[in-house]
Amino acid sequence: MTAAPAPRWGRLLAQPEARLALIMVIVFALMAALAPDRFLTGQNATSMAFQFPEFAILALAITITMLTGGIDLSIVGIANCCAIISSLILTRLAPGVDAGIGWLLLSYLAALAGGAAAGLFNGVLIAYLGLPPILATLGSGLIFTGLAVAFTGGTAVMGFPASVAWLGNGSLMGLPVPLIVFGVLAAGLSFVLSRTGFGLKVQMFGANPLAARYAAVDIERLLLKVYVASGMLAAVAGLVIMSRANSAKADYGQSYTLLAVLIAVLGGVNPYGGYGRVIGVVLAVLTMQFLSSGLNMLQVSNFAREFIWGALLILVMVINTRNWRRRRAPAAAPKGETR
Amino acid sequence: MADDAPLVEMTGVTKTYAGITALDDVDFLIRPGEAVCLAGENGSGKSTLIKLLAGVEWPDRGVIALDGLAQAAMTPTTAAAAGIAVIFQDFSLFPNLSVAENIAFGAELAEGARFYRGRRVREIAKRTLERVGVLMDLSAPVETLPVAHKQLVAIGRALASNARLIVMDEPTTALTEREVRALLGIIRRLKADGVAVIFVSHKLAEVLEVSERVVVLRNGRVVAEGPASGFDARSLTRHMTGRDLAETGPAPLLAGAPVLLKVEGLSKAGAFHGVDFTLRGGEVLGISGLLGSGRTALAKALFGLVTPEAGRVVLDGRDVPLGDPLRAAEAGIGYVPEDRLTEGLFLTQSILRNVAVGRVASHARGPFLDLGGLAAEARDWLARLRVKAPDAEAPVRSLSGGNQQRVVLARWLARAPRVLVLNGPSVGVDVGSKAEIHAIIADLAAQGLGVIVISDDLPELLATCHRILVMVEGRIVEDIAGAEATEEGLARRLAS
Amino acid sequence: MSWLSRNETLVAGVILAFCVVGAALDPNFLSIPTLMDLLRAGIVLGILAVGVLVVLISGGIDVSTTSLAIVALYVTTLLVQGLAPEMGWPAAFLVAVAVGAALGAVNGVFIAGLGLPTLIVTLGTLSLFRGFLLTFVGDDLISNLPRGLRDFSRAMMIRGENADGSFYSLPWAFAFLVGVVALTWALLYRTMLGRQVFAIGGSMESARRIGIPVRRVQFLVFVYVGALGGLAGIIHAALARVANPQDLLLNQQLSVLAAVVLGGARLEGGTGTLTGTLLGVALIVLVSNSLIVLGIPNTFQSIAIGLLILLGTGLPAWQARRTQRRAA
Repeated sequence: MTAAPAPRWGRLLAQPEARLALIMVIVFALMAALAPDRFLTGQNATSMAFQFPEFAILALAITITMLTGGIDLSIVGIANCCAIISSLILTRLAPGVDAGIGWLLLSYLAALAGGAAAGLFNGVLIAYLGLPPILATLGSGLIFTGLAVAFTGGTAVMGFPASVAWLGNGSLMGLPVPLIVFGVLAAGLSFVLSRTGFGLKVQMFGANPLAARYAAVDIERLLLKVYVASGMLAAVAGLVIMSRANSAKADYGQSYTLLAVLIAVLGGVNPYGGYGRVIGVVLAVLTMQFLSSGLNMLQVSNFAREFIWGALLILVMVINTRNWRRRRAPAAAPKGETR
Repeated sequence: MADDAPLVEMTGVTKTYAGITALDDVDFLIRPGEAVCLAGENGSGKSTLIKLLAGVEWPDRGVIALDGLAQAAMTPTTAAAAGIAVIFQDFSLFPNLSVAENIAFGAELAEGARFYRGRRVREIAKRTLERVGVLMDLSAPVETLPVAHKQLVAIGRALASNARLIVMDEPTTALTEREVRALLGIIRRLKADGVAVIFVSHKLAEVLEVSERVVVLRNGRVVAEGPASGFDARSLTRHMTGRDLAETGPAPLLAGAPVLLKVEGLSKAGAFHGVDFTLRGGEVLGISGLLGSGRTALAKALFGLVTPEAGRVVLDGRDVPLGDPLRAAEAGIGYVPEDRLTEGLFLTQSILRNVAVGRVASHARGPFLDLGGLAAEARDWLARLRVKAPDAEAPVRSLSGGNQQRVVLARWLARAPRVLVLNGPSVGVDVGSKAEIHAIIADLAAQGLGVIVISDDLPELLATCHRILVMVEGRIVEDIAGAEATEEGLARRLAS
Repeated sequence: MSWLSRNETLVAGVILAFCVVGAALDPNFLSIPTLMDLLRAGIVLGILAVGVLVVLISGGIDVSTTSLAIVALYVTTLLVQGLAPEMGWPAAFLVAVAVGAALGAVNGVFIAGLGLPTLIVTLGTLSLFRGFLLTFVGDDLISNLPRGLRDFSRAMMIRGENADGSFYSLPWAFAFLVGVVALTWALLYRTMLGRQVFAIGGSMESARRIGIPVRRVQFLVFVYVGALGGLAGIIHAALARVANPQDLLLNQQLSVLAAVVLGGARLEGGTGTLTGTLLGVALIVLVSNSLIVLGIPNTFQSIAIGLLILLGTGLPAWQARRTQRRAA
């Protein structure tokens, strides 16, 4: 900020989502300026729309867990494990390349069930056994990845029917299918958070877990549902990844955990819980995709991108933390009066 | 004590925060070996005074002199070097470290020690505790100690850092009568030793007897000052609130009111045993006991936060499932916790949401939530309980203690409970709001609710309860009609 | 808490059981060469775990240590090779420790200086360090290590020959693990700085009020962890006789964390012992190595480590719940 912003602007920019919208526009303009002939093309727009949904869906999973003050670091493990479940059904039980649409749907259902089961496992560890979410999901993530390796011996599973490609590469009414999937899931999550009792309770629990217990909120079931939702979102992401890669493997999307956390934090979700909006996460996803595509066109290496992601995560934290601290501080203040 | 120069002298001290005057031209003085009660409601400016003493804040106007020397500036370090130690309500101890280390930490730190000298630390701790006159296991981790011992460790830590003035914030709230007696004994020893003490509280009657002087703050000004012998609980209240709040007992219970809640043989090892009582509709039942008498565990057990091993709770002839807050709430029992800030409120969330959180299930329209209906209902309850909130969408932390407590009450009343358990309903609420909360309790009872008030605030119990149960070591030892009870009699029974 | 319910006791018991099963299945299991293998495998993991233990005691978490170690080992190798290829190993080690400490200071600035959550920051620097190395420093494998490091890798503390003519040995690098443990013990239990680390982990608010320079201590914790990471990195490179910017050491981060939480350190801070951490390291190394020896496929390793993390955190969490319920 060079010029002192007018008070109205100041108030608007106090909203993390508004700040983010501004950042998004800046990134877009910057990329458009740096590579106008490649960035501002319909082809680029389409390719971006196919690329981001897979990690954007994972970011939704992180968002819902972060709202409760937790985190799910097992999402990539779940995504791969579920993709492998689906791929094994298609290739081992079904006749592989010749498998019909019925087999495909069955394999998708199995993957979703797998995601729900994995989420249930996390939820039980966190809600009923009282493990800290960080360690519970780090540990379970290793187990899910390990299972994925055990199922496949660590090699990629291939040889799917052509119908697999639809979820990740198809188009419906001119829109990329993965984009539609993400849109539906994001709208759904936004709806759940703002218009359902479950969503309200998630945010209240995130703001003060102990008070939620004393207000007779069904904490255990709430957390269970949150982690099951996270697991199922991860499963969907896994299926999209599988479709786009036309294969399933235990170590796909290794960098997506970081990316998903980055997007959630960038989107203004408070990692201590209690605050976060899906619109922020969507803006963050778009910002990241603009940045990522732009960097791609500028032929920046994968490693440099990793560097930029890490730097960005910390930078965003620095900017946002001022607000969070102001929001959190009173809870930590000593009892009694403040003045 | 030969030298009677004031330890601290504040003259004409004024402090404002963002245009609000927290302290207005205040004079305050304390001499070595003296104990002063600093009384005032929440927001009267007493916390600001503590912050000035601790060197955390600096006044806008006025002079602070230490040992007769006017200070140009004060920081926490210079305050500590001058021997001023503040013991906050939460004691600020390290739960994972030993008693000895907690006591000696500040002293070693101040000395600039680089190495940890275990023997010296124990030596300091032992000497300090001898000075206080108590025996304690020096190697026990502080987290394993009872509250009263934690306070002693905090006092010990102040003394080990050569404190000459100990400021104690709300020193008696967490203590039982007996522990308060013990504390007073210790304070007398310290005074004889030349240590000055400031008690900061809104509940000071207990410490009047060891104090020389009383200073009452209201709205940032000193409104009364004088020898402690000239004050009693009632006059303190009058000065703090500017009103005379003589409370009378509750309206008589209607004869033939039906039995609402029946508790039979409720037991939990190490907490309470064979608890039996009944509660009628419209009755306010007090449960009192010392800390550790099982009163809080019993209250929590009624609401399912503690699982009893035996016994039953029957509401309207139906068994209430034990050990599950959800089902207790469904059955019609509500619970207002003692610690509003950590257990009662979602501080960062809006006032409306804080009320609405309990009513989510009733406003579900299929998968949707009827947000309009939910908010309207919450607003209605806020109005009924006269919560003074300019904006119901503002975070609940912006409210005063008394209004916050009403928000928690509103949350429960919106669920239309049959029985409401109030644990310490007016803890941390200023005297004025307290009377209003008592009026709300009476109102609820008049509407036929059964109310259980858990408290160690005897005047509060006398002012609100039809009957008072006294708990000692997990058993109910007495069932007294409120009209027949006196403060002295209750205090005697509690300590037995 | 009775000694029976401590994590240390549990881990020691599991180790013992593991050894009994191992010995029953493979008569050569209980032998000096096995022991030497385990000790050797525990050097780098142990040094990293001690560092993470200190962070956990202070109330934080660090998932960037292996990334940091790889950067330190690679940068050091390049520096030594480019500036003074004949430099002895002690000087090279000092360089690595300095590089590690500097990188640790980066974590420290964000965590202590700006008060950001430790998980998010170290998750960020995990990529940041690695991305920086591979983008701006280089991504070529250096298999021709400077002479000093080669000398170091050949220095053996213990050397011997089995009855069947095979050799076993323990490199001097092991002495560094012993040294790090001794130094950390002295720092944690015999200096005021160490006591302040425990105090901060116990209650940061109380620490502030009593006048502990909380930020400074936190900063120093991350610098110390960085220094240990640098040391672990250079030892790893020397023993492997290669400086690989994409070293698989990166994947050991969770094993390090598993070892520390198995040893009883809690995420909430304030608790944790060196004995517990070393037992945790021993168990992790034992499990990793034995799975191979016992013919269980390598692929099950991550499952085993995952289960150990859950066991290590689940047990105290479950116990805490039980005592809480009993006390309430």
